Amino acid sequence: MTQSWTRSRGAFFTLILPPAFWLVVFFIAPMAVIWGYSFGANAGLTHVAITGTFANYARVIEPLYLGILFKSLVFAAVTTGLCLIIGFPAALALSFASPKLKLWLLMAVMLPFWTNLLIRTYALMAVLRDQGYVNFAVGFIYSGLAKVLALIGLHLPGFEPLPLLHNNFAVVFGLVYVQLPFMVLPLFAAVDRMDRSLIEASLDLGHGHMSTLFRIVAPLAWPGIASGLVLTFIPAMGAYLTPDLLGGPDSQMIANVIERQFKMANDWPFGAALSFMLMYLTIFFIAAQGLLGRKKGRDA
Amino acid sequence: MKPPRPPLAPLDYLGRWPLRAWLTSVFIFLYSPLVALIVFSFNNSRRNIVWKGFTLDYYVQAFQDVDLIQAFVNSLVIATVCTAVSVVLGALGAVALWRFRFPGRTAFEGGLALPIVAPEICMGVAMLVFFTTVLPWPDDLPWPLDLGAITIAHIAFCFPLVIVVVRARLASFNREQEEAARDLGASELQSFFDVLVPHMRPALLAGALLAFTTSLDDFVITFFTSGPDTETFPVQVYSMVRFSVTPEVNAASTLLIVITIALTILAVRMQGPDVTKELVG
Repeated sequence: MTQSWTRSRGAFFTLILPPAFWLVVFFIAPMAVIWGYSFGANAGLTHVAITGTFANYARVIEPLYLGILFKSLVFAAVTTGLCLIIGFPAALALSFASPKLKLWLLMAVMLPFWTNLLIRTYALMAVLRDQGYVNFAVGFIYSGLAKVLALIGLHLPGFEPLPLLHNNFAVVFGLVYVQLPFMVLPLFAAVDRMDRSLIEASLDLGHGHMSTLFRIVAPLAWPGIASGLVLTFIPAMGAYLTPDLLGGPDSQMIANVIERQFKMANDWPFGAALSFMLMYLTIFFIAAQGLLGRKKGRDA
Repeated sequence: MKPPRPPLAPLDYLGRWPLRAWLTSVFIFLYSPLVALIVFSFNNSRRNIVWKGFTLDYYVQAFQDVDLIQAFVNSLVIATVCTAVSVVLGALGAVALWRFRFPGRTAFEGGLALPIVAPEICMGVAMLVFFTTVLPWPDDLPWPLDLGAITIAHIAFCFPLVIVVVRARLASFNREQEEAARDLGASELQSFFDVLVPHMRPALLAGALLAFTTSLDDFVITFFTSGPDTETFPVQVYSMVRFSVTPEVNAASTLLIVITIALTILAVRMQGPDVTKELVG
C-alpha cells in the first residue's frame, strides 16, 4: 500500500519538489504563456497584449487554415493506417520468435527509432530525389529495356525521373518510415502477452488463420492496437521535419504553418492559437484512446 | 539462469514464409536508407549515387568543419547534462509516486504525461516564447552556460520519460523489503540508496539511455530555443541538408549513428538485454 504523505513529510517533499518544480516552471508555465497569447493581440514589435479576444481562433477556422488542419489529419490517418497494415504482421511474427531472437529483433526495431529523426529523413531524401537510388535503379532498368526494344525497332522516349520527392507521396512515405516503430512496439507488447492457447483453440475449432486473426487476435490485442494507433497518429499529425524536408509547396502541414507564424510572419498570437488547436486535438485523441481501449478491451 | 523455453506452439507463425518475408521486408524498409547513407559516406564521388571507390575524405572534411564540430560538442554536452539531471529528477518523481498518496496526485501524473504527448512544435514555440519574454536567456554567456536554455528545455521533456521507465520497474518491487530495512534500523536515506536504488538500477540505466538519445535526437524544440551561437548537431545538419544531399552530411550522420549504436550496445553489455525489456515495458 502507498503511504499517506503526512506520515513522512520530509521524505515526501524531498522526493516530490524537484520534479514538480521542473514540470511547473519549465513546462506548464511556458505552455500557459502560449495559451494566454492565443487570446492576445500584437501590440508593438515584441509585445503581445492578452486581451481575451477570440480573433485568433476565428482565423484558425478560415478555410485556408482549416484546409491545412484537415490535410494534417488526413496525412496522419493514412500514415497510421499504413503503419497498422505493415506493422501488425511484423509484430505477430516477432512475438513467435524464440526468446533470444526476440530480443535481438526488438533491438533491431528500436534502433532506427533511436537514430536521429533528421538523419532518417535525410536518408530518405537521398533515396527519393531525382538522382536518388530509386530513380537510378528504375532508370537503369528502363534504359536496359529501351536497348532491348530498340533491337526490335521500338524506340522509347528518354528516361524521365519519377517525381518521388517534394510532394504529398514523399510526406506520407516519410511519415510511415519514421512512425513505423511506434506502431510495431505496442502491437508486439500486446500480441506477446496474449494467451496462445486461445489461438490454438480457434484453429482447432475450425477457424482459418485469417479469421482467427480478425476474430480472436485483433480483439484481444485491441488495447495495444489502440495505443499503437494513437502513438503513431499524434506525432504524425504534428510532424514538422518530414513535410518541411520531403514535402512540396502544397504539402505543408499544421506544424509548418505554426513555425512560420513564430519565425517569419512574427504573428505570435495567431501561432499560439494554431499551436493550441493542435494541443486540443492531441488531448482529444488521447482521451478517445482511453475510452476506446477500455471499452473494446472489456467486450472481448 | 535462463527461464526454460516454453513448449513450441503448433502455430509457429515465424516459421511460415509469408510472415517471414513480410518481416524481412519491414527490416529492409527500415534499414536500407540508413545502410545506403553509411555506405555512400565512404564513396569517392560527389554525385553520391554510383560507387567510385573507398575514401575517408568526407570524414576529414567533416572533422575540419569548425561549426559542425562545435555543434557536435554542444549536442554531447547538452545530452550529458540533460541525462544526469533527468535521471535524478526521474528517480525522485517515480519513487514519490510509488510510495505516497497525496492530494493532487492525479494532476501530477497527468502533468507528467503532457511533455511526452505534447506535439514537439507546441513545446518548441512555448519554449521560444518563454526564453524570450519570461526568462530571457542572455546570449553572451560564456560557453557552455549559453546552452542553458536548450538544456533546461531538454530536461523538461526527458525526465518524464525516465519516470515512466522507473515506475514500471518499481511496480515489481516488494515493499516489504524497504519496510524490513527500515525496521532493522536503516535511515530513510540508507534504505533509499541501499535497497531502492539497486532495484531501480536497470531502469535508471534504460532511462538514462532514453534521455540521452532523446536529447541528442531532438531537432524541433532545439530549433526554437537555439541562437546563432548555440546550434546543436541536428540544427547544424538541418541547415546543411535543406538544399542538398552531400557526402559530408553522410559522414557526419554516420558518426552520430555509430554513437547511438555504441551507446545501445554499451547499455546492453552493462545490464544485459533486460534494458530492452525495460523499454518495451
